[in-house]
Amino acid sequence: MDRNISNLRQRKIKSAIFKSLVWLCGMLTVGILVYILLFILLRGIPKINMEFLFGQYNTTTLSAFSSIVATVQMIVLSLLVSVPIGVFCAIYLAEYATRGNKVVKIIRLAVDTLAGIPSIVYGLFGLIFFVKILGFRASILSGICTISIMILPVIISSSEEAIKSVPDMYREGSLGLGATRLRTVFRIVLPTAMPGILSGVILAIGRIVGETAALIFTSGTNVLKNPTLDLHASQRTLAIHMYMLASEGLPHSKDMAFATGAILILVVFLVNYATTKAAGRLGRLNNE
Amino acid sequence: MNDKIKIQNIDLFYGEFQALKNVNMDIKENEITAFIGPSGCGKSTLLKSLNRMNDLIEGVKIKGKILLDKVDIYKDMDPTVLRRRVGMVFQKPNPFPMSIYENVAYGPKTHGIKQKSKLDEIVEKSLRSAAMWDEVKDRLKKSALGLSGGQQQRLCIARAFSVNPEVILLDEPTSALDPISTMKIEDLLIEIKKNYTIVIVTHNMQQATRISDKTAFFLHGEIIEFDETEKLFSIPKNKKTEDYITGRFG
Repeated sequence: MDRNISNLRQRKIKSAIFKSLVWLCGMLTVGILVYILLFILLRGIPKINMEFLFGQYNTTTLSAFSSIVATVQMIVLSLLVSVPIGVFCAIYLAEYATRGNKVVKIIRLAVDTLAGIPSIVYGLFGLIFFVKILGFRASILSGICTISIMILPVIISSSEEAIKSVPDMYREGSLGLGATRLRTVFRIVLPTAMPGILSGVILAIGRIVGETAALIFTSGTNVLKNPTLDLHASQRTLAIHMYMLASEGLPHSKDMAFATGAILILVVFLVNYATTKAAGRLGRLNNE
Repeated sequence: MNDKIKIQNIDLFYGEFQALKNVNMDIKENEITAFIGPSGCGKSTLLKSLNRMNDLIEGVKIKGKILLDKVDIYKDMDPTVLRRRVGMVFQKPNPFPMSIYENVAYGPKTHGIKQKSKLDEIVEKSLRSAAMWDEVKDRLKKSALGLSGGQQQRLCIARAFSVNPEVILLDEPTSALDPISTMKIEDLLIEIKKNYTIVIVTHNMQQATRISDKTAFFLHGEIIEFDETEKLFSIPKNKKTEDYITGRFG
């Protein structure tokens, strides 16, 4: 009896220690995030002005306008390339391929390998293949091609997971009504899997926005006076703009690097918010 | 009455395992035929063979013939055509994550009906046949997942009606439902059998006696006895059937 009570006390102490440890780790993570955000936003936001946001680039304004446009271009166009390819590949893997199929094994191996390659290697590949061999030069186009390959594994694996998590009973219901496989996939499976696919897209956007190494080699570090929609132009994205400003010797370039960082964070928040909203709308019927 | 479905010498294998052994049976039009037997006896497997839902499982091999109105469904019929004619209601209610309206309209749209007024008509007719029009007519645009389990299952029955099938297969349709919802579905089945041929798998022997005209008792992949429900439950010919229905095993 006595032993039991002391055991109980011991267990209570242990669980209290563990609880505080878990709490501490949680707080630490949030704390670091808040610290970084405040550090950048507090230093960056006061430096943001209209010239910097929408003005011409010169050594006084150090405007981010052309970089903002290039970043948005990069996000939209590389998603346009990768999302269809990635989602269709995931449909093949999850819906059509039979178990133990050799092709599937090869695709999985390729996806896993692609996911593990450091981005600088993609950069070198892009430099040799798109910039030199295909003759795209250092341009937004070369950057988009390289980035599209980079985000493909993220989109494939998250879409595959999302499609696999659609309950079989939905497929049975649809096939049982005489629907074909194709109709079942497009009308039932994909809409149900959409929130999961979109969360992969959010991850991909994060990679595009944050990428520097692969882009320095392909779209270049050049900065244009005014934004352009010409894909053959060489133009840096926001992340590279930030990197270049931070390593430049101008008196105010450090401050403007923080301003760029602040814009970058705001862009990421905005894009994530928009995507989550879209996912929420598409998934609403599921959760109701 | 006519034989709607003729099952002839069916052997079915899952890989090495033989799930059905030389099954023969005639299913009559406008009757309710019940399949009973312990778990794993092959009753659901046979049911799923009738609209080729077994095709979806890897490693299934099937020998023998199943005729629907004298046409071999494994040789001379496209599965999508077959499944339009032979509808199915599953054990767990499986409405699609869409609105109630879209759930019922999905089938007819699949088969090429696009006209809004025609779809409206089919949706109303199907929901009325499933005795749930009055319950849901004011919330057709709401998600089907917000319905109760019993309502979801009746919605699935309405969805099965929507493509105007000739046969309806039900795989333990009430096993996940409360007694009141079960009763509603049983009443519904008796009501609709004049227009359809119904085959139901059930674990519940009382259910079989309440609603079915014929009953087949399955054991280890074989049909032990197949007879009028009244006869099978009052004077079973086989000792195994007697043991099962009197609750000695299963």
